[in-house]
Amino acid sequence: MRTSLHPALTITASLIFAILVAPLFIILGAAVSDTSYLTFPPQGFTLRWFTNIFEISAFRTTAITSLQIAMLGTALALLIGIPAAYALNRFRIRLPSWLANVFVLPILVPEIVLGFSLLKSVTISLGLPVFLVLLLGHALLVLPYAVRVVGASLASFDFSIEEAAISLGCPPLKTFFTVVLPNISAGVIAAFILAFITSMNDVSVSLFLTGPGISTLPIQILAHMEQFFDPTIASVSVLLMVLTVGVMAIVEATLGLTFLTK
Amino acid sequence: MVKRLTPWILVVPASLLVLLLLILPVGATLLATFADAKGWAAPYLAFFNSGFRRTVLWRTVEVSLITTVISVVLGFIAAYVVAQMPGRLKSIMIIAAVFPLLTGVVVRSFAWLILLGKNGIINSALLALGVIAEPISMLYTEGAVIAAMVYLFVPLMILTLSGVLEGIPKDVLEAASSLGAAPFAVFRQVILPLAMPGLIVGAVLVFTGSFTSYATPQLLGGERQMMMGTLLYQRAMVTFDWTGASTVAAIMVVVTIAIVLVMTRLARRLNPLAA
Repeated sequence: MRTSLHPALTITASLIFAILVAPLFIILGAAVSDTSYLTFPPQGFTLRWFTNIFEISAFRTTAITSLQIAMLGTALALLIGIPAAYALNRFRIRLPSWLANVFVLPILVPEIVLGFSLLKSVTISLGLPVFLVLLLGHALLVLPYAVRVVGASLASFDFSIEEAAISLGCPPLKTFFTVVLPNISAGVIAAFILAFITSMNDVSVSLFLTGPGISTLPIQILAHMEQFFDPTIASVSVLLMVLTVGVMAIVEATLGLTFLTK
Repeated sequence: MVKRLTPWILVVPASLLVLLLLILPVGATLLATFADAKGWAAPYLAFFNSGFRRTVLWRTVEVSLITTVISVVLGFIAAYVVAQMPGRLKSIMIIAAVFPLLTGVVVRSFAWLILLGKNGIINSALLALGVIAEPISMLYTEGAVIAAMVYLFVPLMILTLSGVLEGIPKDVLEAASSLGAAPFAVFRQVILPLAMPGLIVGAVLVFTGSFTSYATPQLLGGERQMMMGTLLYQRAMVTFDWTGASTVAAIMVVVTIAIVLVMTRLARRLNPLAA
């Protein structure tokens, strides 16, 4: 669609976009301020808040835990989510129609309720290890991305190509890896990126699933903020934004950023 | 035999994860609120008899509604302009929306802590302009929570709606204008009805997201502006009132699912292209 734009609309929209980006630059300014409290505009210039991150061992250990959980949780979600997405598309007539809705539940149920219920029923009642429940909770949280985003790719895949390969004698499993998977790779990459970012940023599920010695970076940031109001958190935030920029570069290189508007 | 079972074998692992770690635990939380020793409705009576908890519920509804309305309006304006921009400017605008969206909720809420704090940019500006003599406290107010939540959800709204607006065929708009419709009439009678289903879906995402949020009310509202998410955490981890926490959880689930079901049905009925 394209019509002529009223200048007032363009100005309002430009302001909205400016306000969307500005706070993130303010964090950057606050991170280099040579003051012991958070302030903007920055007073003086220092990088000591960045070196301070590495002196606080809790940031290092929780960052490693977050990366492990995001990697393993996303991998697990894809490992069980891709077969489910495949079956839901390939065998649509043979599976009940309500089954697809099961994989919407992790989006529908509030994350904080999920975290609380996992703590109550799994960590405490079953006594499973904290790391395992945290990992499974994250896998569950990102499972919808695996099923739905990969499913959207499969919906536009022509299954007659697969049938052709099988009728020419290619074994089903080999057919999946050499014929189906290459054709849905964009969906798999998109699902991986969205799932990884969601897991890295998650607060509400992790909130109840972290325990003694095991915590994730966002939870550690929240805990630090309750005690200190210094620019350390601003510098951690800057590093996280650098990670976001890296992810966006990967999205742009592999799929193009416009895929996010679809 | 194996061939007939293949579809099931493929969906079982993922279904088991949802069944064992979501349906059963969340179901247990909901059931616990009806199995109280003091009678089946006792936890709900306790919730609604407490003036404090009622206030928290109404505050959460109010904050979520205001956040949704502002996010829809701002998101629509921005998405409308994005949809009309030529390629290069459009990509810049999309990047400006995607970057905050991919940045975590903690970092984005934290930004507002710096903006609204005693030494924040708003206080500094007001002091420099001589509007105020002393820094004013803007944190831990309902306004602070709403500002940060709108900031959180506008990018989501922009991306949802720009997809919807891009999908409106150009011919329809040209037909309307060539038949003499003024720009505002085109907007009100053509664009708005066509965008309505997407608008409702976006609004539901914002409302349920606000209603169940934790990090933003925790950081910007604190104890003074407690919302359902922070109340659930406080009940469970500070006072160890697990029945109370489960009741908060149950109310959250019921409100979320009711709104999603009612509004998606409404969105489907309002879709002019489906009829």
